[in-house]
Amino acid sequence: MAQTYQDLLAAARAEIPEVQVADLADRLSGDNAPPVLIDVREQSEWDEGHIPGAVHVPRGYLESRVAGVATPDQPIVLVCAGGFRSLLAARNVREMGYEHVESLAGGFTRWKQSGHDYVVPQTLTPQQRARYSRHTLIPEVGEEGQLKLLGAKALLIGAGGLGSPAAYYLAAAGVGTIGLVDDDVVDASNLQRQIIHTTDRVGMLKAESAKIAIEALNPDVKVNVHATRINRDNVLDIIADYDVIVDGADNFPTRYLLADASLMTRTPLVHASILRFEGHASVFIPYEGPCYRCLFPEPPPPDLAPSCGEAGVLGVLCGVMGNIQANEAIKVILGIGDTLSGRLLVYDALGMSFTELKVRRDPNCPGCGPDAQLEFRDYDAWCAGIGRHPEAVHA
Amino acid sequence: MSTVRVPPVLRAAVGGVRELSVPGSTVSEVLEALYSAHPEVRSQLVSDDGELHRFVNIYVNDEDVRLQEWLDTPVGESDTLLILPAMAGGASAAR
Repeated sequence: MAQTYQDLLAAARAEIPEVQVADLADRLSGDNAPPVLIDVREQSEWDEGHIPGAVHVPRGYLESRVAGVATPDQPIVLVCAGGFRSLLAARNVREMGYEHVESLAGGFTRWKQSGHDYVVPQTLTPQQRARYSRHTLIPEVGEEGQLKLLGAKALLIGAGGLGSPAAYYLAAAGVGTIGLVDDDVVDASNLQRQIIHTTDRVGMLKAESAKIAIEALNPDVKVNVHATRINRDNVLDIIADYDVIVDGADNFPTRYLLADASLMTRTPLVHASILRFEGHASVFIPYEGPCYRCLFPEPPPPDLAPSCGEAGVLGVLCGVMGNIQANEAIKVILGIGDTLSGRLLVYDALGMSFTELKVRRDPNCPGCGPDAQLEFRDYDAWCAGIGRHPEAVHA
Repeated sequence: MSTVRVPPVLRAAVGGVRELSVPGSTVSEVLEALYSAHPEVRSQLVSDDGELHRFVNIYVNDEDVRLQEWLDTPVGESDTLLILPAMAGGASAAR
């Protein structure tokens, strides 16, 4: 004769001990090792809240995944919404040899009604799960890392050769807030390398043009347009809101200004520079690794520092270096891998070679050394060679 | 002969090449040999008082010679001496 649902539950109750909410709360906060708490509900139920410390294994996957979260000798408590699915699921787990499995009577609903703490996880929406699935599959990123990216704020100095690919990939990666600092407008001569802009946006502010491209690519990203030239009066206000600075500036005064501001605010600085067929990249983590001025204490005079506008630059080189910056910014945000901190990567696109140079913290660094007098200066005059020696003019 | 890698800004001064073979067993010997073959390089790397400019870094293989024995740092036959001035290039055209 067929069994009813009630028959099944009664049979399970005869076999599986049920733990009361108050007892579970005691065991979780007590001195003894707490049981392994497995929440067997569906993803959408888990997302609305669960008991702190619980691991989520939907009932459909329980038998195949239980070995990954508990050993047969460990006490296990299964949790569902009302205490029935967990009771039935526990029979299978017990049959597999997990002797000490129990079920939470009344489930998460009773736990919540009894006034116990629960956590509502920050989660990706179904659309985000689909969009970022190739990220979340990577163990080093996962859903947690993707949520970190979505909560992160990156400031890009320049929406040009380096900023275009960097902004595009950071946006695609789901970096939730991207600030763009650029007061220039799109020129036809930019389009050979500044891929975030388009022919029909020539004449538009670069920051606005990039915003259009980013929003079309990924609506998750909030774009802040800073259509201004960054200077010592506005730099601290602008960078205050950001977690990482991506330096794609085209001139030394801005690079040295950013180097100082990065130290003052302890904001990591992801560096790249390009000329003709050659690119440099590094990461400067304030007071942990070397800073830009450990590497280059002083700017070269203008005649030894031609710009890309004067000397030219291979468009593709910008893509390579800008994407290295995006890669490093993502690692800085996620706290994974080895960044280029302490190393300068020199890329020769013509010879197709990557050379790594060691960059060490300079104990006498004028930027991050113990005796450094960190204050803003007149960077334009300094980089033009005015007042370079013996000490820079402070204005 | 060690290999000297020439940065883009100095290539015009050495006839447009990226690498040169230069004799010398220390950094200063290699640089002197480079200057005598290509005198224009000296004026770009060395200040009026005869010192290397602070904005120029010299590496033997991957180490900055300032953190070694500076101009006396030994350079072996198979070593690469890399001249590295800072580069500004990035976002847009010249201002």
